[in-house]
Amino acid sequence: MKFIYQTWWKVIVVLLILSTFITGLILPVPRLAVLHETIRNLYFHVPMWMGMLSVFSISVFYSIKYLNTGKEEYDLASVECVNTGLLFYTLGLITGMMWAKYTWGEFWSGDPKQNSAAIAFLLYCAYIVLRNSIDEEQKRAKISAIYNIFAFPIMIVLIFVLPRMTDSLHPGSGGNPAFGKYDLDNGMKLAFYPAMLGWSFMAIWIATLRYRIRLIENKRNSIN
Amino acid sequence: MKKFLTLILLLVSFLTTYAQQSNTVEMADAFRSSGKIYVVIATIVIIFIGLAIYLFSIDRRLKKIEKEK
Repeated sequence: MKFIYQTWWKVIVVLLILSTFITGLILPVPRLAVLHETIRNLYFHVPMWMGMLSVFSISVFYSIKYLNTGKEEYDLASVECVNTGLLFYTLGLITGMMWAKYTWGEFWSGDPKQNSAAIAFLLYCAYIVLRNSIDEEQKRAKISAIYNIFAFPIMIVLIFVLPRMTDSLHPGSGGNPAFGKYDLDNGMKLAFYPAMLGWSFMAIWIATLRYRIRLIENKRNSIN
Repeated sequence: MKKFLTLILLLVSFLTTYAQQSNTVEMADAFRSSGKIYVVIATIVIIFIGLAIYLFSIDRRLKKIEKEK
């Protein structure tokens, strides 16, 4: 856990993301119908989901660790990871809606991808509600850890699997232009991979900050 | 013969428009060639540097509080 107190990787994260702002906006991109210049959203909208995914997986990891050991810090870590994940979730949803307005014509057109993303969002909101509704600390930690472990695979299926099996307008599903074509384009990888890496560690950084604040708050509360 | 010629002409014209369509997917070419894209990049970079400095300062303040304990 020493890792979260060190500075070097935070500097790298900032530099990685900064580089994607420059490469992502200047480098040429393939000319594709429907997407046009918004293809560059790949460097900014998609990494939000990557950030969400990495903190949510870390949260599941700490939930399992909590159930194994019963240490309170693990519970706090998993909660703060979910909180940070929800921030990135909201950013992903909002940027997606923005993009949908200009390519599909509607902020919310009831597309399978949008709908299942909304359902999964509610799933994680229910986690927060469930946590706050239980007063006893150990019971709260245990129940929310179990809920979190179950919520994660359901979220994965809802966001990344189900929309691909139906006709979604979202790039990458139903024959709409996306990944298959980007893979051929090595220029896009130059901005895409640093963006994914940078933003997922950015999410982790914010989660660690929240966790450290939570630890101090927790200590203060237990003394009184 | 005349009919045949017009048919071919129409077909060829269709081909050219088709070719044009695939070439002219609208992109922000003017924005790029006029160099104004750099203004946008500068704006985003400034905002992000500001946010990064803010995060680092929170980090530093937290370290101080953690050391006090």
